[in-house]
Amino acid sequence: MEPFDYLSPSSIEEAVKTLASKGDQARIMAGGTDMLVQMRAGRRTAPLVVDIKEIPDLNVVSYDATNGLTLGAAVPCYKIYQDETLSAAYPGLMDAASLIGGIQIQGRATIGGNICNAAPSGDSIPVVIALGGVCNIAGPNGTRQLPVEEMCTAPGRNALADGEILVSVSIPAPQAKSGASYLRFIPRNEMDIAVVGVGSSVQLDASGQNFVSARISLASVAPTPVFAKEAGDSLAGKPVNEETIQAASELAQAAAKPISDMRGTIRQRTHLVGVLTRRTLNIAIERARGG
Amino acid sequence: MAGVTQVQTTLNGEVINFLCEPRQSLLECLRDVLGMTGTKEGCNDGNCGACTVIMDGRIVDSCLVLGVEAEGKDITTIEGMATPEGLHPLQQSFLENAALQCGICTPGFLLASKGLLDQEPDADEGRIRHWLAGNLCRCTGYDKIVRAVLQVSKAK
Repeated sequence: MEPFDYLSPSSIEEAVKTLASKGDQARIMAGGTDMLVQMRAGRRTAPLVVDIKEIPDLNVVSYDATNGLTLGAAVPCYKIYQDETLSAAYPGLMDAASLIGGIQIQGRATIGGNICNAAPSGDSIPVVIALGGVCNIAGPNGTRQLPVEEMCTAPGRNALADGEILVSVSIPAPQAKSGASYLRFIPRNEMDIAVVGVGSSVQLDASGQNFVSARISLASVAPTPVFAKEAGDSLAGKPVNEETIQAASELAQAAAKPISDMRGTIRQRTHLVGVLTRRTLNIAIERARGG
Repeated sequence: MAGVTQVQTTLNGEVINFLCEPRQSLLECLRDVLGMTGTKEGCNDGNCGACTVIMDGRIVDSCLVLGVEAEGKDITTIEGMATPEGLHPLQQSFLENAALQCGICTPGFLLASKGLLDQEPDADEGRIRHWLAGNLCRCTGYDKIVRAVLQVSKAK
């Protein structure tokens, strides 16, 4: 790796001050599982690496049934799925947190880092979008919030301005009769990059027979994760049945703009978006009904 | 912060200090600075698990940890597994089950397996296979490794 300076600030203020003064000369590191690989390969350079893992606010995991979850940007995946309360409240998020890389990677990799790394294939991003996640950002001009679906702007690029830092992601509290799910297709059993990933969340009515609302998001089918808003919206007020789910999956396919590459063709990926949208909706429905 | 930094860490139960540049990975620090070459370099990008160490109770790929991040941490490497009294039960089981051939992946597999059984002493075969997905072995076909770990697990 090219030489760089290393700083491990202990507060958001210190991090923001450093990042603002260094501009694009500084890069934020959370788990490092993407960034160190990119730097070693020469795909990214950074005269200064700012390690955010020692900042207390970025290690927060706070949940209650009213305010939902605030997940610090430096919290590694294993801390999420080892938490029994969170596992029960957000099984869809656990789907993603427990399949990113192997156990070694999950000991370091963070959801915040996954979002900021802005890979089209980021495994945690679709389900966080489906769950209505919001990024809490701090910067030289104070704090702001941004929906997760607006965070990734291009492959490897995010919406953070110079001096800004992702502090945490907020996810609303799960409502009664709600559920979510994430699935990806890979040719291996573990440790691979999604050919296609789909995250879905649903809110059903009290009978569990009708959709109140739904959100669907896709990975690896466009330069950024895709929020397939029309696909989810098409389910609002509709009965839960094969036809409505099929129609939503076709709208999700229409929202996908995949390319053909070494991992899959346009045709295969479009097909997979349909299959995985239906499967994730069905799992989300099952979870929403409490089964 | 530029240049060489002094890092204090607990390595295999002993508090040590070493000097490194920020760009050096923990793997490089272990091998090149500290001369502890039991930890192996395979892919150097987080795919193969050959460089697995235990850091604060969790297995990590030491190629994806900076040496400077080891400050104040507790790290176990393969050199810390056996005791003067004898091999760790996992090491003994790997020998008995012929769970290695060329041996490059073995320290990583041993540390990963230790990381699992320290937390889940009764891990079953499915759990062991899932847990070891981040470690690659191109010799054994994995079956003997899984059997070796299973023999030490209380699950049987």
